[in-house]
Amino acid sequence: MTGRGKRETGKVLLEVRDLHASVEGREILRGVDLTVRAGEVHAIMGPNGSGKSTLAQVLAGHPAYTVTAGQVLYQGNDLLAMAPEARAREGVFLAFQYPVSIRGITNAYFLRSAVNAIRKHRGEEELGPVEFMDALEAKLKVIGWDSSYLTRPVNEGFSGGEKKRNEILQLAVLDPKLAILDETDSGLDIDALKTVARTVDKLRRPDNATVLVTHYYRILTHIEPDVVHVLAGGRIVKSGGKELALELEEKGYDWLREEAVVA
Amino acid sequence: MTEVADRTERYVADFAAFARNGASGAPEWLRQLREGAIARFTELGFPTMKQEEWRFTSVAPIADQRFTLAHAPHSPLPAPSDIEGLCVGAGPRVVFVDGRHAPTLSTPVDLAGGVRAGSLAAALGTDAGGELARAHLARHARWRESAFAALNTAFLADGAFVHVPADVTLDRPLEVVFLSTGRAVSDGPIVSHPRSLIVVERGARAAVVETYAGLSDGVYWTNAVTEVVVGEGAWAELYRVQQEGPHSFQVATTHSRQERDSYLGVHVVTLGAALSRHDINAELDGPGAELILNGLYLLSGAQHADHHTVIDHAQPHCASHEFFNGVLAERAHGVFTGRIIVRPGAQRTDSKQTNNNLLLSTDARADSQPQLEIYADDVKCTHGSTVGPIDQMQLYYLRSRGLSAEAARSILTYGFGAEILDRMRHPDVRDRLDRLVRARLA
Repeated sequence: MTGRGKRETGKVLLEVRDLHASVEGREILRGVDLTVRAGEVHAIMGPNGSGKSTLAQVLAGHPAYTVTAGQVLYQGNDLLAMAPEARAREGVFLAFQYPVSIRGITNAYFLRSAVNAIRKHRGEEELGPVEFMDALEAKLKVIGWDSSYLTRPVNEGFSGGEKKRNEILQLAVLDPKLAILDETDSGLDIDALKTVARTVDKLRRPDNATVLVTHYYRILTHIEPDVVHVLAGGRIVKSGGKELALELEEKGYDWLREEAVVA
Repeated sequence: MTEVADRTERYVADFAAFARNGASGAPEWLRQLREGAIARFTELGFPTMKQEEWRFTSVAPIADQRFTLAHAPHSPLPAPSDIEGLCVGAGPRVVFVDGRHAPTLSTPVDLAGGVRAGSLAAALGTDAGGELARAHLARHARWRESAFAALNTAFLADGAFVHVPADVTLDRPLEVVFLSTGRAVSDGPIVSHPRSLIVVERGARAAVVETYAGLSDGVYWTNAVTEVVVGEGAWAELYRVQQEGPHSFQVATTHSRQERDSYLGVHVVTLGAALSRHDINAELDGPGAELILNGLYLLSGAQHADHHTVIDHAQPHCASHEFFNGVLAERAHGVFTGRIIVRPGAQRTDSKQTNNNLLLSTDARADSQPQLEIYADDVKCTHGSTVGPIDQMQLYYLRSRGLSAEAARSILTYGFGAEILDRMRHPDVRDRLDRLVRARLA
């Protein structure tokens, strides 16, 4: 796997400044700063409850989280002022940690509706069912699925691994500028993990970026990050290169927590 | 009490006139049946909300109204074009207008393989039809327990008569259309009592589509009963679409009786009427019988629809799978009761029941009551019901994929209907119902 480490040269896609967010009155994010440039892969690691998923959800626009302070600029625009659908149409994608199932709506219909909503926003022609299926064939192959998954209702009765693959299929189909993967690697067997990693790697381009939110080092042996951040206590307490991930794998998170408290 | 008596007395008076004129040529068994039924109706009276089975539905709007019995079809008859839109295809069809057979709008009665599909009134006049009717008519639907079924039986005159002989396969769905003109007569709004009998004999296969439709927004009442008999090893599907007029009332009973190793699918879509009540009583009366019961009600405005289902597992090794979904907008009120009885000895019963209700407004209401009565010990019975607004996580998930909040709501609402439609097997019927549902939700 290759890290395309041309850092500092890509345009800034995402800039998070002193972000504070809470849910049900509890403050989870306590001043997050993060800059992601086009062409980069960032890994955000951290212990359970550190705020990783909250950060991912706040960036996608989850209605249950309230931003209490700070700013997020996406391509220079105020991301937090945008509705979730506006963010998606501008190229933000969140692969959910717990994908939602939807009764009565086939995966194919769901995917086509999403693609067409985005195409319409870009001023492109919407795709009919046949054209869409043609375009989908190749993407299905990448994640190792046959078309039977398309006629099933969205995530309904899917296993945990199937739901994660379905998120990656959406990622491949929607081809976002900024992909945020919220613990997509959790609970995956090695084959599924490789599939996820291969897909993400294939989609890497100089003009897009990926943020991998993960609890485990494992996926980073398949997708090499440019930057690794450690989130603890609602703040990014340390950033570094890929070697930081290895250090975390060996030493755990406790030493950072102590550092954070001291700081 | 006097008021209650008044309400039934009108029908007794109408019955006397009916027995003198319209029904005077009936065979003796039918005369006795009708006499017994009007007497039973008088004893029962209109149900009130104090009765457990009617606790969520008031029939006062029906009981308080003076309805006049519909006689011969009004002229002019509806145009064939009025019917086209209500049918699935160009297959055999039997059409009724205000409860009476309209031969000019129907296709020929005798089909290949000795299948009969026509009017009950006509069948009663023939030896073979009379025998079959006598063997089944009013022997299944429990008119002694239901005032409405009793009233229908008292005024029993016409409706669909379908007979599929043993081992015959009907290759296209048979369509039965009950049109109501909604035209009042001088005495006020009319009531019709369509009575249908569907007999699918041993080893036969058939699908029937029953459509009840209103052609105007007038006030009228349809009080229907359909009896379905599915013989040993037979396969039958009954689709039922209720799209009565917006100011109409409909009360109906669909009673099915299945013999050994038979399959019956009953698929109900309820869209119309101001007030409707549909009793679905399914008897699994032979080992190895299977019943699929799917229902969808889409209501808006001040519509009220009550679906009351009773599945009676009387024999071992039977399966019943029941799925009802409701979508309730504005001030609509949906009621679902799902009673499942597993009789002693009905071992290895496999029964599943689900009722999900989507409330699209804070004024909409749904009441869902599962009632399980299990008297056997080796059975698998599950049930579940939900009532709630659109799920916020589902909404957010769709929006996070670029869909507007409005589009997301519309997809989630449609999904509620599609989940039921997807369980319907006949592609042409399903497509027609899908178009109806989409149009309704648009």
